[in-house]
Amino acid sequence: MELFKYTAHQLHEKLVSKEVSAVELTKSVLARVDAVEKDVQSYITQTRESALKQAEAVDAKIGQGQTISTLAGIPGALKDNMCTQGTKTTCASKILANFVPPYNATVVEKLMAEDTVVIGKANMDEFAMGGSTENSGFFPSRNPWDLATVPGGSSGGSAAAVAAGEAIWALGSDTGGSIRQPAAYCGLVGMKPTYGRVSRYGLVAYASSLDQIGPITRDVTDCAHVLNVICGHDAKDSTSINTGVPDYTKSLVNDIKGLKIGLPREYFASGMDPEVERAINKAIEQLVSLGAEYKEISMPHTEYALSAYYMIAPAEASSNLARYDGVSFGQRVEGTDIVDMYKKTRSAFLGAEVKRRIMLGTYALSAGYHDAYYVKALQVRTLVKKDFDKAFHDVDVIITPTAPTTAFKLGEKTNDPLAMYLQDVCTIPVNLAGVPAVSIPCGFAGGMPIGLQIIAKPLGEETLIRTAYTFEQNNDYHKGFAPLLEVK
Amino acid sequence: MDYEIVIGLEIHTELKTHSKIFCGCSTKFGSEQNTNVCPVCLGLPGVLPVINEKVVEFAVRVGLALNCEILPFSKFDRKNYYYPDLPKNFQTSQYDLPIAVNGHLDIEVNGEKKRIGITRVHMEEDAGKLVHSGATITSSDSALVDYNRTGVPLLEIVSEPDMSSAEEARAYLEKVKAILEYLDVSDCKMEEGSLRCDANISLRPRGTTTLGTKAEMKNLNSFRSVQRGIEYEAMRQEEVLEEGGRVVQETRTWDEAKGISLSMRSKEQANDYRYLPEPDLVPIIVDPATVEEIRLNLPELPDARKQRLMDGYGLSEYDAAVITTSKAMADYFDQSVGCNADAKTVANWLMGEVSKHLNNEGISILECPVAPKQLADLIALIEKGTISNKIAKAVFEDMWTSRKDAEVIVKEKGLVQISDSSEVIGIVDAVIAANPQSVADFNAGKDKAIGFLVGQIMKQTKGRANPDMVNSLLRERLQG
Amino acid sequence: MKITCEDVANVALLSRLEFSESELETFTGQLDAILEYADVLNKLNVDSVEPTAHVLPLKNVMRADEAKPSLPRELALVNAPEQEDGYFKVPKIMEG
Repeated sequence: MELFKYTAHQLHEKLVSKEVSAVELTKSVLARVDAVEKDVQSYITQTRESALKQAEAVDAKIGQGQTISTLAGIPGALKDNMCTQGTKTTCASKILANFVPPYNATVVEKLMAEDTVVIGKANMDEFAMGGSTENSGFFPSRNPWDLATVPGGSSGGSAAAVAAGEAIWALGSDTGGSIRQPAAYCGLVGMKPTYGRVSRYGLVAYASSLDQIGPITRDVTDCAHVLNVICGHDAKDSTSINTGVPDYTKSLVNDIKGLKIGLPREYFASGMDPEVERAINKAIEQLVSLGAEYKEISMPHTEYALSAYYMIAPAEASSNLARYDGVSFGQRVEGTDIVDMYKKTRSAFLGAEVKRRIMLGTYALSAGYHDAYYVKALQVRTLVKKDFDKAFHDVDVIITPTAPTTAFKLGEKTNDPLAMYLQDVCTIPVNLAGVPAVSIPCGFAGGMPIGLQIIAKPLGEETLIRTAYTFEQNNDYHKGFAPLLEVK
Repeated sequence: MDYEIVIGLEIHTELKTHSKIFCGCSTKFGSEQNTNVCPVCLGLPGVLPVINEKVVEFAVRVGLALNCEILPFSKFDRKNYYYPDLPKNFQTSQYDLPIAVNGHLDIEVNGEKKRIGITRVHMEEDAGKLVHSGATITSSDSALVDYNRTGVPLLEIVSEPDMSSAEEARAYLEKVKAILEYLDVSDCKMEEGSLRCDANISLRPRGTTTLGTKAEMKNLNSFRSVQRGIEYEAMRQEEVLEEGGRVVQETRTWDEAKGISLSMRSKEQANDYRYLPEPDLVPIIVDPATVEEIRLNLPELPDARKQRLMDGYGLSEYDAAVITTSKAMADYFDQSVGCNADAKTVANWLMGEVSKHLNNEGISILECPVAPKQLADLIALIEKGTISNKIAKAVFEDMWTSRKDAEVIVKEKGLVQISDSSEVIGIVDAVIAANPQSVADFNAGKDKAIGFLVGQIMKQTKGRANPDMVNSLLRERLQG
Repeated sequence: MKITCEDVANVALLSRLEFSESELETFTGQLDAILEYADVLNKLNVDSVEPTAHVLPLKNVMRADEAKPSLPRELALVNAPEQEDGYFKVPKIMEG
């Protein structure tokens, strides 16, 4: 089997036993990139030279008999909204096409300390705004399960790279579902940790109170390993949680006897693809057969969560993106005076969806509408959070579909922003409440992967891993590959 | 129509912390452009702020010194607007829950005391500096931006519109400055921008309570500008009203050179700041115990110090007030008195000769070339009778330029006062003999004529004779 | 109509964006549809509900007042579209 088809934990064994060298592994992945990148278009920037150097350093350590961590020497991808010192970080936006950060995001520092290998910066929807990666300012990425479909978004490049074998693991970011939905569309494991569990320092902000970085991997074991590296308090992030990080691999236990599962009726309402519904129900039955108990619950404010999100996220975004003005970094269009320069620069280099959300957010915050829209949305957020708090008094995890459908065709929803927003209906409430959630593959519809979402209470990542691992180990979805990987 | 002026002041002060409010860059003034910056204060993509605990402590100190209530729950908000000195195009400030509210401060103008209300004190970050090639920002083709100052911590102190004259505004500003200096939270140098003042001015018919339309005045860069600017604006608004017009709510800038205010007309489009709670910072909850601890550890404030000088040294309220106007002056006073000099004499010298020299050279007491101990020693020489008050003034001049001690100068110049009558008696007799007219006048009852004779004797002794001794010797001789 | 072309033009100015006539119309239509959808929020009675600005119960996260090294100036200016003498250079500033 080609090296890029293995998981990180399997490859770690091969490195340690010297069956394979880190350089060989990196070269294998790079060759894979050369073979399929023209079709998948996962990467905005490839960092091939530094990847090989990183691999060489790991081989040197192994040669000296040093112990190496699980992710050492394993090639991965970073969504291009995480600052990498000395390497272009564009957020898939023309306005940052030439931006080279003079500093590293904290997660990048942590990964470097583990001697991981970074193949490149992955494509995304511009400034993380979108659900298909079609809003990238450069080019769309494609789903390795069907190149005519989207890989999901906004972490579409990260998911496509892992599903195509162009990376063994990846980091994405999730503000309204942007890790979980692409993971679902691409048949992968994608987790959004509890808000504050992973440092946001160096993550280019979209909606500060909702953004979180998380792993996109082939299986739950790899997810646990990546979490071990990236989670933890950061003094540079005032919103980062200050409690110790457990060893998440200890939760890789195939046992959910007595686990209480909640099924919120509002998530199973109309709008779901019948095949998706069937797969989800089958998955739930299986979990029950494995020893879990389920209970139907109600989360009555679910229907308001989407609207609240589309007030809060754009409001924060309108403020976060004000700095893209051509003054001290990024692209610039000269103007007759500074205001003219601001307008010309932003209008020329920001994409349509970004502009839409900036204006929506500015409107929601403006005098006269501030209380009616923005404050109201914050109040609804409280109610959504309370729904979760209440639910977790009765159940250990909540199970829902990750998305109402499987991956849609490229171009299918680009003319209707609202239709695009409605795809997020299952994932958004999680971000509003700040709770952790993971998407794992649970079946197929028309050959396209379906994702099962498991949600836990704050700092409940261990429960998520145990539940996800149990389901995974009693199925074979993590062993399958996208058709693209089968093509020689 | 008789109008009264209604004035409110917004004072911004830069806090003298070691590092900026949200990052570890130095706050040092005067560094080379863009050398005290980092990704955080540059507002680069992905950065996050972390609050400097000293800023919160200083804010509480100031709030307490201004008799405010420290809010138990306080938070930061973003004030959104575009300007090139603001890297993120929003300023992180405090909007609806500032750290301190509802305070007051007492001022005295022309002997009358008045209480000025303080609406709020809040923390925020400073913006960068713009440098322009032309004479003014607006006449230049381009502008240059220095971000050293972005992120320097600021406190904004907003007064109630309780002041009714330019003098009151000035007195309030001076009092706030003194308090900030005594608290040791700011350098308070208006010329360096560590203390800034904007004024809101409106008029209303005397005796009414409804506020008139106000104009905001900016660019009041010195105490003088504050006073002149307010006086001018009050006059301008009165003219507008007298001619039947309406005062426009607007921002105006003060031109000190021309002595006029100009409308910054385009700022009239009300800036919609679209405040939102700062998502990257969590709330500040100052517990009552901490507030009490800070309150107990507050340094002595100007009013208390003034009272101490009055009670402890018997200084008049006026003198004590002048001495304590600046902490540096008050410290100098304390140090000098601490060297066993008489308090009232020190006070007189500080308010007299010392201040005169400082003003002539445009320097502050901190740069006074005569040290507190040196002044005390000079005063000791006067009290011992070694030199007269008049000679002492000359000695002081010498001390100022040469920086030598009084005793050294007195010795070098042979200025020791002559208090031995035997040394002088010859000159007394000679002067009496040489001035029969004055003697006759004195004997005829013109007591003042003795002054001329004393003057002659002093001249002959080059001012060294003890004037009291000369006076009594003369009277002895003339009446004898 | 929840939002008019004029509203959008005002919002565009606040956001420092400029649009052609047709772009303005398209955006107005799209924003209107989104705001109509968001109107569902008005069905809820939230009178006694506290707004949630932060999901975490964190407070008083602060750092000690210690000066740390700043960026070397070349790095601070490395992405500057235009610079002069160690300053960032921008076009003229009309007052206000």
